[in-house]
Amino acid sequence: MLQIALWKRLSILLVCVIGLSLAAPNLFYGPVERHNDAITAIERGAIETPELTEALAGWPEFLPSGLVNLGLDLRGGAHLLAEVQLQDVYAGRIDGYWPEVRDALRGVRDQVGTIRRQDSAPDALRVRISNPEGMQVAVNTVRAIAQPIVSLSGVGQTDIDVSGAGDILTVTLSEAERAATDDRTMQQSLEIIRRRVDEAGTREPTIQRQGTDRILIQVPGIGSAQELKELIGTTARLTFHPVIQSSVAADTRPDADQLVHPTMDEPLRYVLLERSPVVTGDDLVDSQPGFDQNGLPAVTFRFNPSGARKFGVYTAENIGSPFAIVLDEEVVTDPVIRDAITGGSGQITGNFGVEEANRLSILLRAGALPAEMVFLEERTIGPELGQDSIDAGQIASLVAMAAVVVFMVLSYGLFGAFATVALGINVALIFGVLSLIGGTLTLPGIAGIVLTIGMAVDANVLVFERIREELKTARGPARAIELGYEKALSAIIDANITTFIVAVILFTLGSGPVRGFAVTLGIGILTSVFTAIFVTRLLIVFWFERRRPKTIEV
Amino acid sequence: MRLRLVPQDTAWDFMRYRKFTLGASVVAIVLSLVAWLVLGLNFGIDFLGGTTIRTESVQAVDVGAYRDALSPLGLGDVTITEVFDPTFAADQNVAQVRIQAQDGTGSVSPEVISLVQGALTALDPSLTFASVESVGPKVSGELITTAIIALAAAIGAMLVYIWLRFEWQFAVGAVAALVHDIILTIGIFSLLQIRFDQATIAALLTVLGYSINDTVVIFDRLRENLIKFKKTPLIEVMNRSVNETLSRTLMTSGTTLLALIALIVLGGDVIRGFVFAILWGVIVGTYSSVYVAKNVVLLLGVDRDPQSPSKAGTQSGSSEA
Repeated sequence: MLQIALWKRLSILLVCVIGLSLAAPNLFYGPVERHNDAITAIERGAIETPELTEALAGWPEFLPSGLVNLGLDLRGGAHLLAEVQLQDVYAGRIDGYWPEVRDALRGVRDQVGTIRRQDSAPDALRVRISNPEGMQVAVNTVRAIAQPIVSLSGVGQTDIDVSGAGDILTVTLSEAERAATDDRTMQQSLEIIRRRVDEAGTREPTIQRQGTDRILIQVPGIGSAQELKELIGTTARLTFHPVIQSSVAADTRPDADQLVHPTMDEPLRYVLLERSPVVTGDDLVDSQPGFDQNGLPAVTFRFNPSGARKFGVYTAENIGSPFAIVLDEEVVTDPVIRDAITGGSGQITGNFGVEEANRLSILLRAGALPAEMVFLEERTIGPELGQDSIDAGQIASLVAMAAVVVFMVLSYGLFGAFATVALGINVALIFGVLSLIGGTLTLPGIAGIVLTIGMAVDANVLVFERIREELKTARGPARAIELGYEKALSAIIDANITTFIVAVILFTLGSGPVRGFAVTLGIGILTSVFTAIFVTRLLIVFWFERRRPKTIEV
Repeated sequence: MRLRLVPQDTAWDFMRYRKFTLGASVVAIVLSLVAWLVLGLNFGIDFLGGTTIRTESVQAVDVGAYRDALSPLGLGDVTITEVFDPTFAADQNVAQVRIQAQDGTGSVSPEVISLVQGALTALDPSLTFASVESVGPKVSGELITTAIIALAAAIGAMLVYIWLRFEWQFAVGAVAALVHDIILTIGIFSLLQIRFDQATIAALLTVLGYSINDTVVIFDRLRENLIKFKKTPLIEVMNRSVNETLSRTLMTSGTTLLALIALIVLGGDVIRGFVFAILWGVIVGTYSSVYVAKNVVLLLGVDRDPQSPSKAGTQSGSSEA
């Protein structure tokens, strides 16, 4: 009768104690947060200032220091949903094949004749050969360039599709190569956004991939979505092109292997460039803001060895001709090469100020975004609104809690009091679990907790009502309590599993605040079942063992 | 002396009102659908695309002046509403400016937002912008699809779960109750023109969770009583089950409602729509688990002796008594 094994009692108590201690830091949110920030700062190599030391001392080292993250709607900050224009990358990839294709076809010139690149869709390479009979040879020659793809899905496939019709040879990226490229583009974009946001020094940003081509960026504490967009929205793609003609009309129609770009500081001058760059920003290893010999703001950069070699060879071969430094489709400068530049470093000056030079160097250092991004959704929440919501949520939770406690005690007396103790533990456990898994509390999440406060007593109510019924028939209070728990169990389990399914669906399909709600609801269900069937029961058993009442009133 | 919401050992004849309640439910569903079709839903930017800007100022909100300041910008449909809430401070004047979705698939351009902010600050220098949210039409379309999938998935999952744990008649009954609750909630949102956004969908799903919770508890008791009272007519067993669980039903609804009322009064205006949906859903859900779910099961009938195939006749399972 009414036995709970010692190890079970200890485990239940242990879970409660662990939960409570994990939840505790949230009561001291400010100091703990400063403590955690100080640790991160020191890990990143900051020098220990008195402020840092003080922040460190603000919370003892040996206590748990995990906190519930506050969602953007509570803390304020910016939220962006960006769509990466994946097809942008195809054009660059396919352009990259042109020199190789050209050289390969030149090697079989006696059979295919002369070759010429044609205009085409940006993601295809079309080449006209003067001798259509040689098409088969041309196709085979270009196919020989193709590389096998190294990826899980693309086993046995090559990176390009080559076809010939009439005198036109077409090269496109294969399906598998596109998929692999997409994946790489996304990884790269994520990495670069992360680096840029980190450079700006904001805390706990969320940068997540969503679906095939979306990136969700949430940065708490930043002033506006606009600021965030300026930081991450710029592609900052730096390329170095040979110049064909220094000044052309704006409406010049370039050949397929050429480009026309405007200049940054001379509004009416356009430059005709070779499409394939000599070196790109991908080969950069460092970039710093600085000043040139005339005291104007400048950005210095350094290439990695392979970039330095390519740049050195090119400049050595082309002394006396101009080359252009192009940033995001604008010619920053197009100097004439005076000497071979073999050291692998250089400097860009242009029409920009100190601040811009600074930002540009951050962007160059973090790397160029491989593709442009379109922003589908943006939200800015001011910190005051968030604080108001927290305050309102706190008051509502306390009032809800008090009301439920009064109601339960009035209805079930001592057993109601047990249930409210369990309810308190339940709320603490929710915070404990949220802190442990680094969950995010959102405004609907607070509503979820308040709702859980209301619903958490349900399992207790089921049991107590059952005990009442059993008291009418069963022999003695102990037996009634035991039967009450036994018989209420199936209803409790079924009712909570169904609600839990809903929470899982909400989590899978929801986004942002809705997800936060799903997490608190789901955790709330688990903890409330735990507190109702174990904690309340343990309390009742403790009480029963001490008092051994002959009759009980529920 | 204990607080008792219901007297002990009730034997109220709930099922007596089944024709009336069935009629009432049908009428309510029809009215909700009519409201939905005629009045439509007041969709938020999550589902329609567009931009909302929440402004706060120490000066009183002059909706007309705001409108005049924004009309030269040519942004199409601009709605300005003043927001009132008991939790606001005395000099806290809040307004909500909503701008329709502009062309293209992306969110509203930063230029547009700074134009709007500039125009409003010129009018009232103390104005601050508590939040700016912008959703592009491309995403909003997808959000609608996801919302519908979420609701369908939840209902489907409930159907399967109840079917596995109980009988198919119970599953149909429970799902009928769920659909009833959702339609009635959509109806009240349409009738009162409360803003319907992503959070409302979350609220609808929560209502689903709550309503099914309630239904399952009564079904669980019904299942138990059907085994206990084999010869009693279904309708009486149902009545008995409802009566036996009545105290629990009212207790749970009571505590949940208490918590929700605290939230709706004190929780601020940002989540009021969300909380209202849940509050309404709890009331409707409690009603529907007693009447809609039961009515449907009663109409479908229950195979009282699932152990033996129906052809095998009269010698029923004495094994389980």
